[in-house]
Amino acid sequence: MEHYNMNLTLKVWRQKNANTKGSFETFEVKDISSEMSFLEMFDVLNERLVNEGKDPITFDHDCREGICGACSMYVDGRAHGPWQKNTVCQLHMRAYKDGDTIVVEPWRANSFPVIKDLMVDRSAFDRIIEAGGFVSTNTGNAADANALPIEREKSEAAFDAAACIGCGACVAACPNGSAMLFVSAKVSQLALLPQGNPERKIRARNMVEQMDKEGFGNCGNIHNCEAECPKGISVENIARLNKEFLSASFFPEV
Amino acid sequence: MALDAKIPGGEMAQKWANYKDHAKLVSPANKRKLEIIVVGTGLAGASAAATLGELGYKVKSFCFQDSPRRAHSIAAQGGINAAKNYQNDGDSVYRLFYETEKGGDFRSREANTYRLAQVSGNIIDQCVAQGVPFAREYGGLLANRSFGGTQVQRTFYAAGQTGQQLLLGAYGALERQVALGNVTMYSRHEMHDIVKIDGKARGIIARNLVTGKLERYFGHAVLICSGGYGNVFYLSTNAMGSNVTAAWKSHKKGAYFANPCYTQIHPTCIPVTGDHQSKLTLMSESLRNDGRIWVPKQKDDKRKANEIPEDERDYYLERRYPAFGNLGPRDVTSRAAKERCDAGYGVGTTKKAVYLDFADAINRYGKTEAHKKGFQNASPETIIELGKQVVKEKYGNLFEMYEKITGENPYVVPMRIYPAVHYTMGGLWVDYELMTTVPGLYCLGEANFSDHGANRLGASALMQGLADGYFVIPYTIGNYLSGEIRTPAISTSHAAFEEAENAVRERIEKLMNVKGTESVESFHKRLGHIMWEKCGMARNDKGLREAIEEIKVLRKEFWENVRIPGEIFEMNPELDKAGRVADFMELGELICMDALNRRESCGGHFREESQTEDGEAKRIDEEFSYVAAWEYTTDGEVLNKEPLTFELTKPSERSYK
Repeated sequence: MEHYNMNLTLKVWRQKNANTKGSFETFEVKDISSEMSFLEMFDVLNERLVNEGKDPITFDHDCREGICGACSMYVDGRAHGPWQKNTVCQLHMRAYKDGDTIVVEPWRANSFPVIKDLMVDRSAFDRIIEAGGFVSTNTGNAADANALPIEREKSEAAFDAAACIGCGACVAACPNGSAMLFVSAKVSQLALLPQGNPERKIRARNMVEQMDKEGFGNCGNIHNCEAECPKGISVENIARLNKEFLSASFFPEV
Repeated sequence: MALDAKIPGGEMAQKWANYKDHAKLVSPANKRKLEIIVVGTGLAGASAAATLGELGYKVKSFCFQDSPRRAHSIAAQGGINAAKNYQNDGDSVYRLFYETEKGGDFRSREANTYRLAQVSGNIIDQCVAQGVPFAREYGGLLANRSFGGTQVQRTFYAAGQTGQQLLLGAYGALERQVALGNVTMYSRHEMHDIVKIDGKARGIIARNLVTGKLERYFGHAVLICSGGYGNVFYLSTNAMGSNVTAAWKSHKKGAYFANPCYTQIHPTCIPVTGDHQSKLTLMSESLRNDGRIWVPKQKDDKRKANEIPEDERDYYLERRYPAFGNLGPRDVTSRAAKERCDAGYGVGTTKKAVYLDFADAINRYGKTEAHKKGFQNASPETIIELGKQVVKEKYGNLFEMYEKITGENPYVVPMRIYPAVHYTMGGLWVDYELMTTVPGLYCLGEANFSDHGANRLGASALMQGLADGYFVIPYTIGNYLSGEIRTPAISTSHAAFEEAENAVRERIEKLMNVKGTESVESFHKRLGHIMWEKCGMARNDKGLREAIEEIKVLRKEFWENVRIPGEIFEMNPELDKAGRVADFMELGELICMDALNRRESCGGHFREESQTEDGEAKRIDEEFSYVAAWEYTTDGEVLNKEPLTFELTKPSERSYK
């Protein structure tokens, strides 16, 4: 792989806190290596800002391996940037060429208020999980793990849904700011497994109710969520959630 | 102070049962009045907070991330060990115990390690009950794989995302307790100090990272579950925010720090590309099941990997360790890579890398597939195509990750790998009950020192975190809290809280007021450089003494010249990082002191003065068969020793030849 260096123009959203208005600020960054990750390019810029006595750009990030779900940048109109099935921490600068201009914004959604610059508050997701994203089993009660065989196909489908990293890209990518993909991933994982079966109706109802309470928008079947999901969570899960929710609403006692 | 590990009497296999039978209990009515603080929400912290909440204690759970689900346990890839013997291949509690002891180079406490092996099976049961989607066979039963060269298949996994699935299981259990009101969650909060009253841990001072305000929290007991300290090396496989602050503050308040020099360097990571590098990414150890590691036989060979003919390649692991080959333990494999690169045989632009090659595996699998499909005289292209499919099924997500980061296709050209700091076996000293030397202050998971000796086996970190949180602390904490039922909740206006908060405030103000010219990041990099060069994969007397002096100078410079932008009372990641780096500097010095004191090689700690004629690590059991537990005093660090005794095992030389 040939490596190269580039100069770029960055337009980055700056906002002091949730109560002040934000705006774009333009930065010229020089000698960025194609081997850097996108966030390392921000590290370079921040180091410069610190040295110049300016306030560096605040953004969420932690594992930088695409699995913790912390990073959350809206790059040139796309959640996590131009690469498919990718988090922004795994986006590398070889995606760009010398002279490019890149626009970077935070997740835009009413339910994710900005904390500072590119950092938003996603605690609504935690509260949705609190409403039912679990199996109610206390430690110490478990039967032997192999007592209950599970069909491999179902187990794999549950795993595919469970791959969600809770980053919120689905919400950011959706014109309605809907959290249906996130909610449906958890509901599906547990509905597909026998362990989740006893609570599947109450779970679907409660999680959807909490989702609505948090102010997330409605699903318009646009499927931007699936297209931008770094883990490739399928919108089939939304269909399954709708089925679970309807069944829970029409036959609550059964 | 004499260290009492409080190991229960009786036969090894009966100790834990005996302990549980006789540990004191707390009644449900009293549990409701007892408050417990849990710092950290990784596997250890989340499982502990959830389970203690289920039991009826009032729990306060803290994490610095925006959500408890983001703790770095989530990034663990390969799997979790358990002595279930589902494969009927001769596994047992004893075997898992023995391999953990041996893998740890006989530097861990037998009773703890044995208990870990005993509860390992319960963990799998618990996780399956929570809906963790482990890999399964077509018959619907759980699948296993071998890992890190063990001779049995005892590793349970969920593709390359085992840590994620286990953590999300524990996170779900935790959120359930939050919903029930048993746990209060404090995200984006960082612990800055322990509050002690009459010698006991009674609370913490935490900083709300959004507002910058200091907050006081009371607990009848405090659990530190804050993970490892690998980021002292700057570059590691840890998350950017992983830090030692909670453990280090505990140390400064009286908790002994044990075996800090036991750090694990993982052999298969993506190599460093340049100064901009912010972290290193691990490629799962499972790749060594099929990849062959080699370097060119010729020094400074400029040819591309695929242009180097077979007889000019040095498969140095297979050459040096014919019995284990590419599947040796992490410490041995890492050192062998360093040896080749130092000798001038490294590959890639930096020459600090070796090849991990799948060509043979692709060919082998391809032939089998062609045979299965009944293809007579399949062309080499067909075989390679079929083989790639098999490799993709096994390692697809890892290959994808490698390609994303490096831009190279590992199905076509060999991966380049190099060792990187991954895990820290050292940590706060704890007794059998997981209590530190401060009464009421506990430490769980990677943050403690207890189970892995001088080197951890693959797929055992997840096991230990969950064992501590789900199955050990819920029993042992009752033994302490039963004596606290008459202690009402102490008001946080108590003088001890006042004093602790003032000290934290003064330190933060001091940091902000330095107003120097060098960034926190720059100091962290310089610290990491010293640690890696002089206390990394190989250590010697001279280098360690130099490192101690260099760190002292660096610390002084830091407090005179660090520049932190922004304000205290706002979201200020630079300030957060400054506090962490300041603690890393103090810890770094202690790591070097510990490494200097231990004049033997064992596990992840390789002292150049202590090696065999053919360059293998040489333990010195007569002199160093002890846990080095460091006590923080106003006159500096004082060494205390907990002698290690061996009832079931006989320390032997670890040979992988």
